[in-house]
Amino acid sequence: MVQSLDYLKESPSQTAGPYVHIGTNPNWVEITGVWKADLGLVLVGPQTRGERILVEGRLFDGLGEPVRDALVEIWQADAAGLHNSPAETRGKADPAFAGWGRQPVSGVDGSFRFETVRPGSVPMPDGRPQAPHITVWIVARGINLGLHTRLYFADEAAANATDPLLQRIPSPERRQTLIAPRTERDGLPVFTFDIRLQGERETVFLDI
Amino acid sequence: MSYFPRDRAWHPPALTPSYKTSVLRAPQQALLSMPTTASEETGPVFGHDLLGPDDNDLIRNFRRAGGEAIGQRIVVYGRVLDETGRPVPGTLLEFWQANAGGRYRHKNEGYRAALDPNFGGCGRTITDERGAYHFRTVKPGAYPWPNGVNDWRPAHIHFSVFGHAFAQRLVTQMYFEGDPMIWQCPIVRTIPDRSAVEQLVAALDRQATIPMDSLAYKFDIVLRGRRSTMFENRMEGN
Repeated sequence: MVQSLDYLKESPSQTAGPYVHIGTNPNWVEITGVWKADLGLVLVGPQTRGERILVEGRLFDGLGEPVRDALVEIWQADAAGLHNSPAETRGKADPAFAGWGRQPVSGVDGSFRFETVRPGSVPMPDGRPQAPHITVWIVARGINLGLHTRLYFADEAAANATDPLLQRIPSPERRQTLIAPRTERDGLPVFTFDIRLQGERETVFLDI
Repeated sequence: MSYFPRDRAWHPPALTPSYKTSVLRAPQQALLSMPTTASEETGPVFGHDLLGPDDNDLIRNFRRAGGEAIGQRIVVYGRVLDETGRPVPGTLLEFWQANAGGRYRHKNEGYRAALDPNFGGCGRTITDERGAYHFRTVKPGAYPWPNGVNDWRPAHIHFSVFGHAFAQRLVTQMYFEGDPMIWQCPIVRTIPDRSAVEQLVAALDRQATIPMDSLAYKFDIVLRGRRSTMFENRMEGN
């Protein structure tokens, strides 16, 4: 016999189900008056430092049909690469930028859209820089455990080329699923991040 | 101080064909593994100023017709811990559920059981310095769903937990001790291990019951733990 390690097991995940919005976006499903506003809809205000960008995308299932009942959250560093979190050890993040956003995808076409700022670079624990990225987390009916992925920016080609996570993806085509192409609208850079849960051009999902 | 990797044999796999919706929503490629970085080891924090007085009281927080929600009055309480047994204080918990008849207040829901005019079905709270939380609600009813021809969900409450890091982000469901429907449910059965399922079954707690008012159920939640900071400066990571 040996001593017990005494670790607990993580609570197993379950799907968020089709009615996740009751708990996360009650106003959006017309459960009004319980709390004033749904959390995570607005990331930037007039005081937020950094370059304003739009992140847009759609979510597709294995038949290419839009997923219309998902919930998407993003988490990212501020323009200086710092997270607005007590666990951030490298400095104090922009207090006018929470870094977290959340919204239901459109019930019509599975689209989502965040107005945010371009994140700065965040180092690996060993100090190597990572290319600017936004963490994306998806839950929905039919998804048993929330899916993590990352959005990288097509106009950060040099940084992307040396990013430790992107370098772990052997296939250049699969790497492209994480790199959002850039367009512009009304003077704002727009990065389009379509997420394919399954099949052709399937998005790379992470075990982190 | 990276987070422990998830034990993905303990969690449900992505593809669980008896839960039919998973068939087209499960990635087919292997997940790309990567040690956690600051992007995953940090996460949003929500202050107590967010909360209204009835946010954790589902019996009262949607009082439209002036009364209280109909159903079996219960208190749900517990602690949020990590895998090393440390409490997770100051973290936001969100929960949502059907009413006592199994009906959700959602525009896409078509079940014939009636809505309760005084029940919304959403609540939230923030754990205290011991990682403890509690809320009051009515016990949700079972409800049918279009999966197999005669599938019913056991009574359950959905939970969303933030933890201290985005790596800990978790959505799960709480079930009720003694419910025979638990073991027939294709969603419960996406979890391979019976003892993992048991971790989601809240125990009836007669000690915490409020006499002549509410039964109590205890539901502890465990989030990912993380390594201590031994040999933190090693270049290959820690």
